[in-house]
Amino acid sequence: MQLHNISINNLRRRKAKMAFLTIGLMVGIATIVTLVTLTRSMSSDIERKMDEFGANILITPQSNGLAMNYGGISLGGVTFDQREILEEDLARIKTIANSKNISAVAPKVLGGIKVGSQDVLLVGVNFDSELKMKQWWQIFGDAPKGEHELLLGSDASRVLNVSSGDTLQIRGETFKVAGVLDQTGSQDDSLVFASLEKAQKLLGKEGKITLAEVAALCSGCPIGDMVTQIAEKLPDARVSAIQQVVEGRLKALDQFKRFSYAMGAVVVFIGSLIVFVTMMGSVNERTVEIGVFRAIGFRKSHVMRIILLEAALVSLLAGFLGYAVGMGGAKLALPFMAESKNARLLFDGWVAGGSITLALLLGLLASLYPALHASRMDPTEALRAL
Amino acid sequence: MSLIEINNLKKHYISGDETVEALRGVDISIDEGEFITIMGQSGSGKSTLLSVLGGMNHPTSGDVEMAGVKLYQLSAEKLADFRAASLGFVFQSFHLISYLTALENVMLPLAIVKMSSAAKKSAARQALERVGLGAKLDRLPNQLSGGEQERVAIARAIVNNPHILLADEPTGNLDSKTSEEVMALFRELNDAGQTVVMVTHNPDNGRYADRTITLRDGMVV
Repeated sequence: MQLHNISINNLRRRKAKMAFLTIGLMVGIATIVTLVTLTRSMSSDIERKMDEFGANILITPQSNGLAMNYGGISLGGVTFDQREILEEDLARIKTIANSKNISAVAPKVLGGIKVGSQDVLLVGVNFDSELKMKQWWQIFGDAPKGEHELLLGSDASRVLNVSSGDTLQIRGETFKVAGVLDQTGSQDDSLVFASLEKAQKLLGKEGKITLAEVAALCSGCPIGDMVTQIAEKLPDARVSAIQQVVEGRLKALDQFKRFSYAMGAVVVFIGSLIVFVTMMGSVNERTVEIGVFRAIGFRKSHVMRIILLEAALVSLLAGFLGYAVGMGGAKLALPFMAESKNARLLFDGWVAGGSITLALLLGLLASLYPALHASRMDPTEALRAL
Repeated sequence: MSLIEINNLKKHYISGDETVEALRGVDISIDEGEFITIMGQSGSGKSTLLSVLGGMNHPTSGDVEMAGVKLYQLSAEKLADFRAASLGFVFQSFHLISYLTALENVMLPLAIVKMSSAAKKSAARQALERVGLGAKLDRLPNQLSGGEQERVAIARAIVNNPHILLADEPTGNLDSKTSEEVMALFRELNDAGQTVVMVTHNPDNGRYADRTITLRDGMVV
């Protein structure tokens, strides 16, 4: 019989009591793990969604010509005689070191064209990547599917006096207006969008593009690095980060993160209180037992060792179980909490190690005061008998 | 020379605005190998005297000298060591540890002693055999009768071969037949040389003792 046998036998033979104590601790730890993991996973989900929302890198041709404006963004000199980017060169973007951070590449060809008596700016786009990037677009009608379908900005639709379902003649070819954009307040309102291939043919720019917008996932990758990597792959193009967008996102994310940390702190505090109260109650229940230990000659340090060893074993078990249950809870709750359907649960070694360490620290800390108090008690008082 | 010398022992408690004089100048001398019962009515101070004797209750004044050691001149931890080495306690409510078997309960005082596990087990088994419980080593307290629990408590008190065995109302929770068996056991231990000091209400228990000390209002009469 050693002191540790007393602790282990107590845990082994008072299973129900120990189960309640472990569950009490586990609930606290599981709550912390669930909320911290949910907050982090949601934060990551929001970060990813924000990254997909609009472009944050712009690729334009190197040009000394006059600047032309697109959506308030300064483009390279977009003139008919300028150098343009070859569409096939864009494939090289996918070969950069951070290629996994590229969410979408939206190439565009721009050119003035006459529709009836009106001069309009025709924009050839890849509708799949364009719609993925511009999730704020509201289309009356349908998104264009074929080569002979167009998407019109709201002003273009009004000026050309057509709406979805109508047809337009451009350079002798008939196009159906598949959809009309709701007013965006941007330059998109006055544009006519066609498929990239068709627009290239109409503008006589087969295989060429005027600019490309890139939506890059910034999480874990500074946008500046990606700009450099793309520039290395496309030496004839000018690659620039849309600072306004990047800074805006970082600021919004920073705000959300600060909110999550504050939430996490509150949760850790409440979870700690649960653990503390549970351990206090457990040790206080054992006053008589501690009185017996003291009466038969156990030193204060002996009593402390018995109680703290038990607390450490229970806390470790509760820490492991709390982490597992907490992660399970987070997995169940995430689909209801996160906005996107494919939000991923973040497994983080720090959360695992942190929750187990926290359980151990809280368990020991919560037991320390009552153990000290009990070990200092007059044995007579503790026994209330002699 | 006496094993225990108590000189002018006083113990006062503060209860609200009142001072309760539990012991009012007690002088007792107990020789090695004696069996003493301390009797008296409720509130006479007998339990207080036992707890002071057991090194668990600091007196207001006076000395307790046991085997040449002045108990209350020791530090709290040295006093704990003294209890572990020289005293055995039998409590009225047995106070067995519910999650330890009879054998483990008896081994409890040895948990802080440097001995091999086998030696501890052997000492505990011998103590249980002495009290007639050699066949119930692995029973938990709730699997034992009141009398058996009392015997385990006695075995726990004698396992470290103490100078003095202190018992507080050991028959208080037992029926008369079991009480007689337990008293006979104390007598048997005393016959083997164990000094016993027992607090009891029951005048019948006095016949097992060598001497009875009666307390009234905190004084020996």
